[in-house]
Amino acid sequence: MSFLNNVITGVSLGSIYAIIALGYTMVYGIAKMLNFAHGDVIMVGAYVCFFAMNSAGLPPVVGVLLAIVVCTALGVVIERLAYKPLRAAPSLAVLITAIGVSYLLQNGAQILWGAATKTFTPIVSTDPDARLVLIPGQLSISYVAILSIVCCVVVMAALTLFTGQTKMGKAMRACSEDKGAAQLMGINVNSTISMTFAIGSALAAVAGVLMCSAYPILSPTTGSLPGIRAFTAAVFGGIGSIPGALLGGVLLGVIETFAKAYISTDLSDAVVFAVLIIVLLVRPAGLMGKYVPEKV
Amino acid sequence: MKKINKNSLNGFINYGIVIAAFVILQAAIGMGRLSNSLQSLLVPACCYIVMAVSLNLTVGILGELSLGHAGFMSLGAFSGIVASILLQDLVPMAPLRLALSMVVGAAAGALGGVIVGVPVLRLQGDYLAIVTLAFGQIIKNIIMVLYVGVDENGFHMAASSDHFNLSADGTAIIKGPMGAVGVTKLASFTAGFILILITLVVVQNLVNSRSGRAIMALRDNRIAAESVGINVTKYKLMAFVTSAALAGAAGTLFGLNYSSTVASKFDFNTSILVLVFVVLGGLGSIRGSIIAAALLYVLPELLRSFDIAEYRMLIYAIVLILVMLATNNEQFTALMGRVGGWFKAAGKRIAGWLKSLGRTESKGKGGTTNG
Amino acid sequence: MAEKKQFEKGKMVPVPSHSIIPERDLGTSPILECSHLGIDFGGLTAVNEFNITVGRTEIAGLIGPNGAGKTTVFNLLTKVYQPTRGTILLDGLDTHGKTPSQINRMGIARTFQNIRLFNNLSVEENVKIGLHNQEKYSMFSGILRLPKYWRQEKAAHERALELLSIFDMQDLADHQAGSLPYGAQRRLEIVRALATNPALLLLDEPAAGMNPSETAELMENIVKIRDTFQIAIMLIEHDMSLVMGICEGICVLNFGQIIAKGTAEEIQSNPTVIEAYLGKQQ
Repeated sequence: MSFLNNVITGVSLGSIYAIIALGYTMVYGIAKMLNFAHGDVIMVGAYVCFFAMNSAGLPPVVGVLLAIVVCTALGVVIERLAYKPLRAAPSLAVLITAIGVSYLLQNGAQILWGAATKTFTPIVSTDPDARLVLIPGQLSISYVAILSIVCCVVVMAALTLFTGQTKMGKAMRACSEDKGAAQLMGINVNSTISMTFAIGSALAAVAGVLMCSAYPILSPTTGSLPGIRAFTAAVFGGIGSIPGALLGGVLLGVIETFAKAYISTDLSDAVVFAVLIIVLLVRPAGLMGKYVPEKV
Repeated sequence: MKKINKNSLNGFINYGIVIAAFVILQAAIGMGRLSNSLQSLLVPACCYIVMAVSLNLTVGILGELSLGHAGFMSLGAFSGIVASILLQDLVPMAPLRLALSMVVGAAAGALGGVIVGVPVLRLQGDYLAIVTLAFGQIIKNIIMVLYVGVDENGFHMAASSDHFNLSADGTAIIKGPMGAVGVTKLASFTAGFILILITLVVVQNLVNSRSGRAIMALRDNRIAAESVGINVTKYKLMAFVTSAALAGAAGTLFGLNYSSTVASKFDFNTSILVLVFVVLGGLGSIRGSIIAAALLYVLPELLRSFDIAEYRMLIYAIVLILVMLATNNEQFTALMGRVGGWFKAAGKRIAGWLKSLGRTESKGKGGTTNG
Repeated sequence: MAEKKQFEKGKMVPVPSHSIIPERDLGTSPILECSHLGIDFGGLTAVNEFNITVGRTEIAGLIGPNGAGKTTVFNLLTKVYQPTRGTILLDGLDTHGKTPSQINRMGIARTFQNIRLFNNLSVEENVKIGLHNQEKYSMFSGILRLPKYWRQEKAAHERALELLSIFDMQDLADHQAGSLPYGAQRRLEIVRALATNPALLLLDEPAAGMNPSETAELMENIVKIRDTFQIAIMLIEHDMSLVMGICEGICVLNFGQIIAKGTAEEIQSNPTVIEAYLGKQQ
């Protein structure tokens, strides 16, 4: 039964990674940039929710909504101020700028909210007794885990519908294929990119709240490690691919949980990244990515 | 008339800058004009210069993004520390022990370079970047659980404290998450200076050789490079391994500059820090890397002593973003180009003026001898 | 440099593989023999049953409408793509399983339809990279600047200038390759390919983007290169004045299949070729 419990823990952790990875993958698909500040947007979302609930005494739902609104605005503002002027710049310049934004968010948070860690109040009960018991005494699921998995499924379904069916979604797919051609077909590339950042950042807020509910420690650097892991998950699944982000995220969560349970808690990071390298050696563009050789 | 190669002239200017900086700083130390806190920055600054120049070999000259350069530094630091302690009785002379430890560190870095290099050969672009990132994380993670020590029974190494059966009189060198402790500080500014010079010789001479041209050919156009018979695997690995070996040596120097070192010192943020030096200094520009690394390492540390200490990283972040925006802004670069043009024109005018001055003088001289 | 010998555009004679080669090359083994060469991309057959023999000093032409698979043939010969079927014999040696860089060392050099220079490097460095496998000193001799380094670098410098002088480009040696005008870039690509000391030179649309007088000059230079280096040249070109003017054996490709082989006169009067280019007459 511990095996099944581990699977559940892994999938719920992986669902959170998947939601973050979606942000990386969508932005990469359209803007062809690694948005290193994405992990820190997660942290901002968690802080906003924390203060809404603890300082303003608002109900959790309002806290989450507020976090989504703030992060969406933050994502769009970052894109407009820092990345948009660099559309034509070499990708490395954009990468360094994203790193700068990441430092800015982390240090801004430290000055605004202090470096000390805060204990996040989970938005759903994490009381050891308040679990959905499947087999008494053996198999149970915490409500946070259920919420994470449900959120992930809903987000995935909504995004699939959005990119497949709506006008904006189709514009996004067109932009990720060929920005120039999309522009010639009358698509407003700038607003499409802004929209992508908005969606990615909103998802980051959701992920931030879920993650801090499951692991309730909040500090200015809370977002960086999950950010790197989710980025790994996105590459794992094939960066630019939405189902790939889901697959990569969930697999990463499961591998991490299993590594902790069966190999060593201390070495879980090494195991996760070693698996990543092996996967990339076998499939150089990730699990669901398409490898496009250069045309001669 | 012998024509001086532009590249070798550039190289000599770099040696000149480094030597001049060393002489000036040594003089300042001798005259007691350099505060202790500044002096303590000299060795790490040397290490970061070597890190930046060596990373430039991968990113600027080979053209592959690496996000795990600190991993090689870490390998060099810990293997170098272990070597220095094992060599303690064998080689009593400290500078020689330091040099030997650095060779060991460079070898460890090179080995890491080969291990990362092999997957690197199959991947491109961002996928390659993530593998280097993953490698950096793996190194950090493994060293954090590693226990290394030496006692009368010889050398001990284990992956957890339970399996670490060091006798009571043994010396523990690396103690898992606590890192390396009780290190004899062997590093010196002079050693750092020599390491920078060696790095410059290796990188600059490599770039201006047959092998360096092959590496740059891969960067500019891999398919064309293959079409003229360049072995992609060999030269990618060569660049990677050379870069990693230099980072390993820098790591050893860094590790031997402190009495204790933890693996988390060489994390993703350190890799990024060095990458920032390289990009701000200019991809492929060795001089840029040296100057950017020196300034950007020392400046935030200097800011510590001011009232704005709290805001220093915030300022750093904002400056970083603004510099990237400015250097990639057409109007700004055009303006800078024009300003540079003025300087060039002014320089030319002055040179021309001096020349004409010299000509009239020599003419005058010639006239007198003739007469 | 080897003693110059001018070849006449002379009589073509048939060889067993349904190809023709210049009569003067009959005494030597052919430089290139392809048999049943083909490649599929997914379900699409891009090139099929490509059989050709190229003589040791021949200037051969490969023509055909857009999308006929001409560049794909070059990519197969240089192993940018691994063939699905068939064999390529270079100087009698099977090239099966070789990488593009090994192919170059075996004796094929090429230029590209979309110019591929080392744009950030100087013209001279571009040519020196072509000389890569002629220089023999190791990485360590290079880093330590041993006498071997100085000797060979000096030789490479002189050789690079000598090669550049074919196209009168020695004065451009210090210029950045990427900043050269289009025509000069095409010529530099040819010089770089020649620097690798090939036995067979593949030129992919060497006259693209050139005006008639530049094309005329290029034609002379291609013949001069063949005469000076005594190598075989195979070229893809849409400019028929160039192809008909200097190519000895011409091979016409359409939809990945060879539809005609022969001399310029034969090709010009071949009804299948005319149909492929102009469509069927009503």
